[in-house]
Amino acid sequence: MSQQPPGEEIARRLVARASWQPLEVLFWAAALASIYVLPGRHLILTEIAILGLFALSLDLILGYAGIVSLGQAAFFGFGAYAAGLLAKYDLVTEPLLALIVSGVAAALVGFVTSFLVLRGSDLTRIMVTLGVALVLREIANRYAWLTGGADGLQGVEIKPLFGLYRFDMFGHTAFCYALGVLIVLFLLARRIVHSPFGLSLQSIKGNPVRAAAVGIPVNGRLVAIYTIAAGYAGVAGALLTQTTAFTSLSVLDFERSADLLLVLIIGGTGYLYGGLIGAILFKLMQDYLAALTPQYWPFWIGLLLVAIVLIGRERIMSWTKPIRALARRLDWRRSTTAVAVEGQRP
Amino acid sequence: MLTILFDGIAYGMLLFVLACGLAVTLGLMNFVNLAHGAFAMAGGYCTVILVNRWGIPFLAALPLAFLSTAILGLAFERTLYIHVYRKSHLDQVLFTIGLVFMSVAAVDYVMGSSQVFVQLPSWLEGQINVLGVGIGRYRLLIIIICGLLTLLLQFILARSRFGSRLRAAVDDQRVARGLGINVGGVFALTFAFGSGLAGLGGALGAEILGLDPIFPLKYMIYFLIVVTVGGTSSITGPFLASLLLGVGDVAGKYYMPTLGAFVIYTIMILVLIWRPQGLFARGGAR
Amino acid sequence: MRRLTALKAALAVGLLGLTSAAWAQDPVKIGLILPMTGQQASTGKQIKAGVDLYIKEHGDTVAGRKIEVILKDDAAVPDNTKRLAQELIVNDKVSVIAGFGVTPAALAAAPLATEGKVIELVMAAGTSIITERSPYIARTSFTLAQSSVPLADWAAKNGIKKVVTMVSDYAPGHDAEKSFSDRFKEAGGEVIEAIRFPLANPDFAPFLQRAADAKPDAIMVFVPSGQGGTFMKQFTERGLDKAGIKVIGPGDVTDDDLLPAMGDAVLGAVTAHFYSADHPSAKNQAYVEAFKKANNFRPNFMSVGGYDGMHLIYEALKKTGGKADGDTLIAAMKGMSWESPRGPISIDPETRDIIQNVYMRKVEKKAGELYNVEFATFEGIKDPVKAAKK
Repeated sequence: MSQQPPGEEIARRLVARASWQPLEVLFWAAALASIYVLPGRHLILTEIAILGLFALSLDLILGYAGIVSLGQAAFFGFGAYAAGLLAKYDLVTEPLLALIVSGVAAALVGFVTSFLVLRGSDLTRIMVTLGVALVLREIANRYAWLTGGADGLQGVEIKPLFGLYRFDMFGHTAFCYALGVLIVLFLLARRIVHSPFGLSLQSIKGNPVRAAAVGIPVNGRLVAIYTIAAGYAGVAGALLTQTTAFTSLSVLDFERSADLLLVLIIGGTGYLYGGLIGAILFKLMQDYLAALTPQYWPFWIGLLLVAIVLIGRERIMSWTKPIRALARRLDWRRSTTAVAVEGQRP
Repeated sequence: MLTILFDGIAYGMLLFVLACGLAVTLGLMNFVNLAHGAFAMAGGYCTVILVNRWGIPFLAALPLAFLSTAILGLAFERTLYIHVYRKSHLDQVLFTIGLVFMSVAAVDYVMGSSQVFVQLPSWLEGQINVLGVGIGRYRLLIIIICGLLTLLLQFILARSRFGSRLRAAVDDQRVARGLGINVGGVFALTFAFGSGLAGLGGALGAEILGLDPIFPLKYMIYFLIVVTVGGTSSITGPFLASLLLGVGDVAGKYYMPTLGAFVIYTIMILVLIWRPQGLFARGGAR
Repeated sequence: MRRLTALKAALAVGLLGLTSAAWAQDPVKIGLILPMTGQQASTGKQIKAGVDLYIKEHGDTVAGRKIEVILKDDAAVPDNTKRLAQELIVNDKVSVIAGFGVTPAALAAAPLATEGKVIELVMAAGTSIITERSPYIARTSFTLAQSSVPLADWAAKNGIKKVVTMVSDYAPGHDAEKSFSDRFKEAGGEVIEAIRFPLANPDFAPFLQRAADAKPDAIMVFVPSGQGGTFMKQFTERGLDKAGIKVIGPGDVTDDDLLPAMGDAVLGAVTAHFYSADHPSAKNQAYVEAFKKANNFRPNFMSVGGYDGMHLIYEALKKTGGKADGDTLIAAMKGMSWESPRGPISIDPETRDIIQNVYMRKVEKKAGELYNVEFATFEGIKDPVKAAKK
């Protein structure tokens, strides 16, 4: 190590970091296999994929740029309504195209509101993002002639995907579609966070003043990632509308943003898989408990959350060997981040 | 419309009593306690049981509600919260939301999911007419109690020995310990006091806000708004913020029923853009 | 020859026996989707209690088939409703999806009922359009227009001239507002202001003050089941009762479940509705008694929606001999009529909506408890919104 110049060593590490790990490959193989192995569970799997994508969007800003948001539902909901309206009024009939349009629309909203989150402490940011989501919800409620108000957007009909695959009742098309979108966007997110841009974000998260001092345009970078994340959330919302052929005010609810934060904290932030794992755990747990006791399931969810914190996530992680291996790798990544970013600049 | 102003002030005062405990834990102890509303709910249900089932007079039930919630808060602080002070804010969010979920389901199980009401004595019902302005008796009571409380709080924090100990403990725990201040004890007492205030707020608010098991979830946003808009470094901040929001909300709904709900959120966003640390922040952020 | 027919007959009987045996083996599954948590949880509890009571009284086997109820909680979030309904139909192979605490939930599930050819039995939601959204939807609750139109007639005849309407801002509220106002204006009354407030609303005070300042004879109010208590409390807190303003409305505001806790302030409130726990019939007295014994609360109008819904399923299954596919079952349900705890009711064969009596009631004290005491009856009311469309 002492023979190598530090820059080369860091570059080597960064390449190693960005390379695919066996566990990652396994994860996606399992996800693809579920298409054939679990045909009876495609409905909930679709929801998990959508929630996972949604959590990914929060991870991009929270885990990589350090922006705490309790208002991601604003973009989720915007995407959901955009997709619903595009389909309802036959503006864009091809679902995939409509999905992209909705995502871009949500990203635009993200861009416009991103300037609100540049200042202030975590608490301020939480409340401003929350406020944006609540105001959007009120707007959707107010303009009932367009959105259907509290009754939800009725009469949404989603045309077959690529004009070929109808969204069937068993959710097969929906799941393949959602999973496909998730994989593509995940690859993109992975590319983003390992790019110089992504690394600069992590340095901003670590210390914004220092990042600015080494010449990183802090605000510009934050606006960019916030916009991207909003687009991700919008796509997730649009997916929900398209796979259920329905949308309602609940897509903009405070609870949706709050659940999202829970999902991401459960899974862990800053390694992209946290949101996905959190989504799987949270949804399955909720589904299982709600089937056991439809009335009092929140109690057991609450107990689990409390237990997770009191026992400590690290300790829980260490109970299973594969995850421990993963966690170790992640720890190593985190510790090298600061060095990496500094070393990477010429 | 003076009646509207009066209603708004009463509503704001109520928000203040409900939220000031949160301002204390968040601002002074730097702990995100989203379960604050659960203590308010506990106080409310406690009053319902005391007044409706045991026939204790309403005014006597109020201090009891304060006391029992404070004890409840103390018990939780000593057994559970104490382990979470040093964890990250995100962990604190997870933990306290978990507590909220548990409290919601537990109250649903014990008390049922329908709304409950405190049976008020008849002298608190209806309005009195002062110079042509209709004044709700119950709201007048709220204003009086909350006004006194605010003065008391201000006194305790700024003047009393306990207040200075608390401020010392917050500013620098290690030094405070070195000076012989029992930091854990100070925090525990503060937490208990904050919970007690929430309980009192819940007891007073049951009549106006309605009391059902999802109370802590329903009003969590409002408490947070009060605290962020007011800033967390003093008691005056949240107090004035509560009044502003109370009057703004009531007046907004009265004059523009169709836009009513926008008002409170818009005030918040504007204030936070203008002063990210809250209206009445002093010095740097915590 | 004769032997052959006998053989044939025996064979036929045997086959029949076989098929019915096959039916007997697999139960009829009913997916019950209700808000068991969240803001509408009390609605869910009431309906669940009504359903349970019916099964307890009538056994869990009909026409040789066991009835299996699968309860799911949608927390009144329509996306959840849709997913749960889909899972129930696809995975659990239910014959009936039932429940639906709020209108958006019922509407969200409608396309699934059509596609899966499964009965959607609405036990709570009260917007008129719901039953038009699928040919497999039947309803055992009510529509808001059903109570609002007779209410307007009554108000116009009883010296109420100027009214302010106050409704929750969503489909049932709009239905109530529109059907009341239209009829009331026709009868010569005047609606001086129409106020809508958000569905989730902490403080009614400003809205009430606005209504009071318009100085009406009466306030016509609709809030969803569970919110009536806060509304009435704040109404009296404003002193509006003393100012001579009456409260009238569909019966949701003086919900039987909450009524005892509302205090004497509500005395004299006049509402139009299809069910009161005080309905003076032997059937209802038995119902209320059994209900209170099984639960620690009073039955309200939501509970009879659940109770009658189960009755409709049981009777339809008896009629079809246990056949539970959507087309057969909905055909059997059409036109069915029976005596419910609320009075005589039937299912309209054309719209699959409920036809029932609407009663005018006034809140009075009976044996120390508050009740909606019925004093006039409008018989056999069909949903006026759908009737007007023809």
